[in-house]
Amino acid sequence: MANLSEPENNVSNASLELTANDGINYWLNQSFTWLIYTFSALTVAILFVMSWIIFHEAQPAIGKFGIGFLWGKDWDVGNQIFGALPYIYGTLVSSAIAIFIAFPVGIAVALVTSENFLPITVKTTLAFVVELIAAIPSVIIGLWGIFTFIPVIEPVQQWLSANFSWIPFFKSDLPIGTNMLTAGMILAIMILPTMAAISRDVLIAIPKELRTASMALGGTRWETIFRVLLPAGFSGIVSAAMLALGRALGETMAVTMVIGNSAQISLSLLDPAYTIPSVLANEFAEAEPGLHIGALSYLGLILFALTLIINIIARLLVQWFGQKNK
Amino acid sequence: MENYRQPEIDKILAAELYSPLPSSRLLFTHFMNFIAFALAALALIPLFSILWEIIKRGIGGIKTEMFVKSVIDNGFGNAILGTITVVAIASLLSIPIGLFTGIFLAEFAQTNSITRFVRFITSILTGVPSIVVGIFAYGVIVLSTKSFSAIAGGFALATIMLPIIVLTTEEALKLIPIEQRLASAALGGTRFQTTFRVVVTAAIPTITTGVLLAVARAAGETAPLIFTALFSLDWSAGLLTPTASLPVLIFNLYNDPDPERSQLVWTTSIILLGLVLCVSLISRLVTSKKK
Repeated sequence: MANLSEPENNVSNASLELTANDGINYWLNQSFTWLIYTFSALTVAILFVMSWIIFHEAQPAIGKFGIGFLWGKDWDVGNQIFGALPYIYGTLVSSAIAIFIAFPVGIAVALVTSENFLPITVKTTLAFVVELIAAIPSVIIGLWGIFTFIPVIEPVQQWLSANFSWIPFFKSDLPIGTNMLTAGMILAIMILPTMAAISRDVLIAIPKELRTASMALGGTRWETIFRVLLPAGFSGIVSAAMLALGRALGETMAVTMVIGNSAQISLSLLDPAYTIPSVLANEFAEAEPGLHIGALSYLGLILFALTLIINIIARLLVQWFGQKNK
Repeated sequence: MENYRQPEIDKILAAELYSPLPSSRLLFTHFMNFIAFALAALALIPLFSILWEIIKRGIGGIKTEMFVKSVIDNGFGNAILGTITVVAIASLLSIPIGLFTGIFLAEFAQTNSITRFVRFITSILTGVPSIVVGIFAYGVIVLSTKSFSAIAGGFALATIMLPIIVLTTEEALKLIPIEQRLASAALGGTRFQTTFRVVVTAAIPTITTGVLLAVARAAGETAPLIFTALFSLDWSAGLLTPTASLPVLIFNLYNDPDPERSQLVWTTSIILLGLVLCVSLISRLVTSKKK
């Protein structure tokens, strides 16, 4: 009976060891864990190293122009005078036009593909096809813009400038198609998948009880959408718009091909303009090291900061929205 | 008590419930239906127009010798080879790092603050404009090797592919049921054995489609290549010399007055668009079936 409190030890201590710390499996496991941590750290480091490298490259221009670069209007490579304002203006305005167009269209697509208007197969195909636009290379959209879109939109723009030139936005001597408005419309096409897909996810994630309740109280479909679904998904939809805006700010090739590339600040949307990504695409490869590369990198840094802020706000909104719905 | 059922009120209520909507609400419903469908239809026009236009203008110009000639001889052989080279370098750099970071996010402490931070940074990384990535690659590789090169282009594309691979890997691994991990651990598998022999093996099809999606995205990128890999009209001499690629070919030659060159641009477009769309179509179809 005394053996119960002290069981007979048949197994030696050595073979009972559950946490082995030698042998090939132990070392494989250890090095695997370290590899995982190293590579994850590398992924995180890339964002910070990127900021540092671009800041470092921009140093000559930051030293010479300081913060005044932001509102300098001249860009004279020969005399080494650089100012960012026309580019910042072009980037912001073209993106604003894009989001102005893509917002309602994106929400319409999101509603049509999340509500029960259509059979489920048609719905998913529609959502899928719109998302496919995101896969088209930007340079091909630019090519299409020049050879197909501009010939269609040019007469419309000429009619606008002929009949509505009293509105400052449409006052232009001779719109030739490559201008701010065209760039904004092309950008709208490119950011539409982002806008539509995220808004759709947001609308699908809204609890079914909310819409059933509204329907039970006698609300029609559109009353439910406007008074219940859209307000409930508001922050999610705003973050979709922010992510789309971030896309639009950084979009390069298609804009470069259709915006006209003229560094000026004109209130008219029918005048050619220039954006930060476009000037980088056009000048960086041929730029002389020193102040010119510095100024271009400084522009890159501004763009980086701009998109970073917008993306961070959008991601925080998405996270916040995701937690709220859980 | 006889008023309990209130037959008159019932009748009024029934009449109200069965009556059609007031015309203003009905009108609003129809009007909004129309607007929504019109806008959704509008969204489809560009895609079909782009496909139609590229195919119409490009299909007639395809000649088999184009695939083996360089741009100087009105072919795009060197651009295809260049795109393959640059994307291969990018894949070699980004797939291991992306895969391991994805495993970290899915398998190691799923909800602690470090994973949240890594995931946040990764999603921020997806939003960095590709042209900014180009400046980064220029600063890291071109300035230190003093030459535009395929390696610089590959480095830039790797930075673009990395967050896509991380996030798709994480999604793929999350689809594997927790029981499989528990079974492996119960049999005495270490974390390495569980992850590699059980979880990653089961997730390989989904991870592959995610990687393909990233490759398709990288193959279509132009902006980061125009000042890292630059361009060359002829076959490139090596990994450290300027290298042609399909998207940059389109950008450099799109307003070339020579009719043969402009035909080349459209033909290149059809190849590039076909390549990119097929890969992303297949990988999206596969992943959407999985869910």
